[in-house]
Amino acid sequence: MAAANALIEAVPSPAVLARLRELLAAVPDPEIPILSVLDLGVVRHLRERADGSIEVGVAPTYSGCPATPVIKADIIQALERDGFRAVAVDVLSPPWTSDWLSDEGRSKLAAFGIAPPAETVTSARHLLRPDLAIACPRCASTTTQKLSEFGSTPCKALYRCESCLEPFDYFKCI
Amino acid sequence: MTPHCRYVLRLADTSLILAQRLGEWVGHAPALEEDLGLANVSLDLLGQARMLLTYAGELEGLGRGEDDLAYLREESQFLNATLVEQPNGDFGQTIVRQFLVDAWQLELYERLQESKDLRLAEIAAKAVKEIRYHLRYSAGWLIRLGDGTEESHERTQAALERLWPFTGELFTADDVDREVTDAGIGPAPESLRPAWSARVGAVLSEARLALPQAAPFNWHGKQGRHSEHLGYVLAEMQSLHRAHPGATW
Repeated sequence: MAAANALIEAVPSPAVLARLRELLAAVPDPEIPILSVLDLGVVRHLRERADGSIEVGVAPTYSGCPATPVIKADIIQALERDGFRAVAVDVLSPPWTSDWLSDEGRSKLAAFGIAPPAETVTSARHLLRPDLAIACPRCASTTTQKLSEFGSTPCKALYRCESCLEPFDYFKCI
Repeated sequence: MTPHCRYVLRLADTSLILAQRLGEWVGHAPALEEDLGLANVSLDLLGQARMLLTYAGELEGLGRGEDDLAYLREESQFLNATLVEQPNGDFGQTIVRQFLVDAWQLELYERLQESKDLRLAEIAAKAVKEIRYHLRYSAGWLIRLGDGTEESHERTQAALERLWPFTGELFTADDVDREVTDAGIGPAPESLRPAWSARVGAVLSEARLALPQAAPFNWHGKQGRHSEHLGYVLAEMQSLHRAHPGATW
């Protein structure tokens, strides 16, 4: 029965939840450090296991994103530093989408010079439609050109502004 | 090994070997943007392969993990489609191979999202979003190359003629496919062909490329009978692990 008991999970108390959110809001994404893991929308659930440890459900952004194991390790470290015992588990379904970026996250991206996703994932086939005009995060011009579908990390594409001539990253809509 | 396990291993190996082939481009692509593009596609495929290999190991039930399956199997035990092990050739040939696979994987993984195997359905739902992006990339380049200069057009057409005979395998069912289809785990391979042909035909036409003649011979990589190229891919991919068994980063 001990094994079965370990699976019983509960929602942490409001005070614990608030503290956990505070801690997670200070854990940066390793590749886009202006975003916290909460801004990125990868934290899918917080549960208290029967043994008192906190289980954090983490959705990988892209299947092969090398940041995923780092994110999980950073989350565990941040919680343990505050006295929690923590476990991070993968949550594959539903798959992560850029729609889960927080509003605050979108503003932070734009302020940092990365254009946030221009649309929401409405239909499964939307990526086969022609591109929307992406606004330059520096000068707001929509006269921009896509240089590559892929940028410096799996979640970004590479653009250039034709008005101010600056290259910039676009956070892909997926 | 059950047909179910073999089927998952086929999906895993196809993604793994294509990821390895694309990885050969890193540092060698014609421009930095394409270096990043091919590496990113490779990384997605590798991530998908890892999830599928782990699952295949669990289905097999012999305690083999993703590394055992990737690094310690012989050539005849790899069950990837023969198309993905074909050499990179020039950038055009890599793009043709990628496009033909992307268009097939898109139809396949969309259908796998409805698999009765819920684990496979979850992996497919994740993968299909990435595959859609890969197809945008490869179709975009195929059009630029096919409808580009005389030389890019000729080279791309030649690559298409060369790789086309390997596509038959993707749509030809064998006993493993039939068992998996009957169990509601995977779609019948031939049922993917109409949508694939329509998409491929539309892009080829925009690229001003001619549709090759159907080939009379089918390859059988998914049964472990490969072209001469897979051995070289494995020799490179497995060399470190075989020289230092159990090594970790």
